[in-house]
Amino acid sequence: MNNEKTSSAGPRVIEKDNVTVRFSGDSGDGMQLAGNIFSTVSAISGNDICTFPNYPADIRAPQGTRSGVSAFQVHIGSGKVYTPGDSCDILVAMNAAALATQYMFCKPTAAIIIDSDCFKEADLKKANYKTLDPVEELGIKNEIVQVPITSMVKDCLKDCGMDNKSILKSRNMFALGLIFWLFDRNLSEAEKLLRDKFAKKPAVAEANVKVLEAGYYYGHNTHTFIDHTYRIETSRSTEKGRYMDISGNKATAYGLIAAAEKLGKTLYLGSYPITPASDVLHELAKHKSLGVITVQCEDEIAGCASAIGASFGGALAVTSTSGPGICLKSEAMNLAVMTELPLVVIDVMRGGPSTGLPTKSEQSDLLQALFGRNGESPMPVIAATSPVDCFYKAYAAAKIAQEHTTPVILLSDAFIANGTGAFRIPTVSQLPDINPPYVPSELAGKWTPYMRDEKTGSRYLAYPGQKGFEHVIGGLEKSNDTGEISGQPENHALMTRLRAEKVARIPVPDLVTEGEQEGADLLIVGFGGTYGHLHSAFDELVKRGEKVAFAHFSYINPLPANTAQVLRAHKRVVVAELNGGQLAAWLRMNVEGVHLEQYNQVTGQPFNVGRLVDAFEKIIHG
Amino acid sequence: MSEYTVNDYKKGHPRWCPGCGDHFFLASLHKAMAQLGVPPYETAVISGIGCSSRLPYYVNTYGMHTIHGRAAAIATGLKVASPSLTVWQISGDGDGLAIGGNHFIHAIRRNIDLNMVLLNNRIYGLTKGQYSPTSLRGFVSKSSPYGTVEDPFRPAELCFGARGRFFARTVASDMDETVDVLLAAARHKGASVVEVLQHCVIFNPKSYEDVYSKDTRARNAIYLKAGQPMIFGPNNEYGLMQEGFGIKVVKLGENGITEKDLLVHDPHNPDPTLHLKLALMQGPDFPVALGVIRDVETPTYDAEVHRQVEEVKAQKPYHNFAELCETNNIWTVD
Repeated sequence: MNNEKTSSAGPRVIEKDNVTVRFSGDSGDGMQLAGNIFSTVSAISGNDICTFPNYPADIRAPQGTRSGVSAFQVHIGSGKVYTPGDSCDILVAMNAAALATQYMFCKPTAAIIIDSDCFKEADLKKANYKTLDPVEELGIKNEIVQVPITSMVKDCLKDCGMDNKSILKSRNMFALGLIFWLFDRNLSEAEKLLRDKFAKKPAVAEANVKVLEAGYYYGHNTHTFIDHTYRIETSRSTEKGRYMDISGNKATAYGLIAAAEKLGKTLYLGSYPITPASDVLHELAKHKSLGVITVQCEDEIAGCASAIGASFGGALAVTSTSGPGICLKSEAMNLAVMTELPLVVIDVMRGGPSTGLPTKSEQSDLLQALFGRNGESPMPVIAATSPVDCFYKAYAAAKIAQEHTTPVILLSDAFIANGTGAFRIPTVSQLPDINPPYVPSELAGKWTPYMRDEKTGSRYLAYPGQKGFEHVIGGLEKSNDTGEISGQPENHALMTRLRAEKVARIPVPDLVTEGEQEGADLLIVGFGGTYGHLHSAFDELVKRGEKVAFAHFSYINPLPANTAQVLRAHKRVVVAELNGGQLAAWLRMNVEGVHLEQYNQVTGQPFNVGRLVDAFEKIIHG
Repeated sequence: MSEYTVNDYKKGHPRWCPGCGDHFFLASLHKAMAQLGVPPYETAVISGIGCSSRLPYYVNTYGMHTIHGRAAAIATGLKVASPSLTVWQISGDGDGLAIGGNHFIHAIRRNIDLNMVLLNNRIYGLTKGQYSPTSLRGFVSKSSPYGTVEDPFRPAELCFGARGRFFARTVASDMDETVDVLLAAARHKGASVVEVLQHCVIFNPKSYEDVYSKDTRARNAIYLKAGQPMIFGPNNEYGLMQEGFGIKVVKLGENGITEKDLLVHDPHNPDPTLHLKLALMQGPDFPVALGVIRDVETPTYDAEVHRQVEEVKAQKPYHNFAELCETNNIWTVD
């Protein structure tokens, strides 16, 4: 993958088409900020980026302990990068605990930069080492670059009048400066970001800038440091346009904002805080200047219920949560099915069951999304494939909900929700139109609530405030003709069929096959947030000369019309997912007689591309 | 004068049991709506599940008969998203205080401008006769054949515990008073809780015998009127006086007590202490308080949400998606 070259002047320059850097330290060490600045500046200079933060599970673990380690991984590439990288080329470990918990994410060739001031006896004890030689104890064979970061930061800021604690907060910038030198990044862009971030505290901004530069020049001037730097070619394949860095949860919020603007409706979010979905609430709560209304409700149920009330009133209504919240919302979601009211339900999946692994990623809510309600309860389910795709799928969920008068479940997951990618900023006018079935005014006085648009089967929507369209809907079965309560057997059968057909008729894009269009030795199938890993594995197999194909689902209910055709076009099919085989079960249910191999992982971790490739090779070659 | 009549709000044929308090309440609600004059198309009635929650089908406005316990939450979303609507939320004691207790207290705490009606018959009627969270200790029902061993909620106490700003109580059969109380609730800006005492003619027909008929009410209840001394009794011969931190019943004329010695009702006093004492009065030693017990206005949640939206709109430089994107660090690929 890497094209290494040596230049004659100065330190050796290694040209690579992609590189992964992992910043790690105590949760108070500012690793997320350092990683963010590195990825943003890399994106600004034309690289593709993919990042993933790794927070400690404890809110405030004791400083210097293994449970308090926070990490941020950045994958940058000259071409498209699909994942934050299985393992890293450079690891920054700001203390002994970080080294102990993070060294296993290193490639064998990786260099590890440590703050040598933080490996004293007391530090090693706090981090639970048994000996005074951490490298030997951990059995690390990688090159270790020892930099006395703490003492140099103290020295650098000794005249700035700041107290010791504040001074030490800038240690992350020294490490970042080193990385900037190592990867030949533009310092002035980082300085601009820092001055923006600390706009209200100029002294802090200048201290950070000073330390950042000190780190950079330390790398530049010190001969004992790594004997090479890296050069990442900037991309020529990236689509032209204006870009910003965006996380999956933020992209979800932006997609909803764009949909509300397209519709000319108020965006209403009813929500209850839950990891890892809370950032959708946080993001939308910021944007009152766009007229967005967020209500942090008393519980998950009220989040969903209040959104249904808002939808009845004509808002673009949304509720956001993670798996346990879906359990609680299910009854209210079914009210939206029965009343045929538009509603977007966002499930940012995490490890389950029960409280499970709140900060870890899994795809194990799929069957809950499809089936987890009483009665015959068809509901569209779509899944976002990447941080940036969250924008487009949130928009699509809003469009489907509004046009087909139905609740829609949007599946995201902890991995793409917290990860980031480069988002090419669209204009709202470029996005598809959204045309809800507003009731024709000539029906005033004659209208009943379940009169339907013939083509889509959606019921016409009338909102309180519209004269002549007063009506009552509810959870009891209603007559399709009159809208009155009806327990009549034929009507219930009819309504059940109409609700199912309405969802089945929703037009969704065909499944796209990459690679071989037919007869591949292996078709790789997945859904949602595993797109990046599966695509990377597919690319690697192609590079190795394998005859493979790749098809990834975003639209799960209804399935794309060509699903059966795609699954039957190849010799073997593997469905790879972060659960026990839920998509495979759904596909078997819908495509009769299809034989599917499975690759399942439920570790709370994203896929590992290397292991995927090995597993797929094994299937191909037996 | 309202341009609407009672008939403008009537719809359908109620299916409640003959003699059910729901019939009385519905008629009072129709009357109150007509007198209030908010057009049917700008009115919404949201209910949960239970006998009384069928009510939206019998009112010619917008309405939703939702799911058990969630009416207050659904009404909250509707009112916050569409603040110009007049929203009535109808629940029974099971719907509002058992399965929906959480939404009940939080709608009150937030002070959403809802007219929250609690039709309290102290029984589950629709599921055919189980005790409810307002059934009295020892109540014998299908699910408590040996009597309950738990104390009931007192709705006023729950309401004030959630910082309730409006609480009124009325008896379903007392229709004139019910109309007055509903009008006051509708005119109050904020969460207005109206407790309607009513019998379940099938499963709990004697629950409020002490106040259900006009005669017994005169003996056992007091109508609280703003600015009026607290007088009650068939011949207005009794009154309420302060005693230490409590209230006592006195007979006018005895021990030289005159009207001037009696407490004067002030529903607008922000301090809820006396309101709570009045609301918790019960026989045989005290009269049951009826009428508007507390009516204090503070900013409503829905109005505050929209005020904040306007305030932030004026402060922040971005007002559409394109401008929002510009608040980020942007780079260009040519």
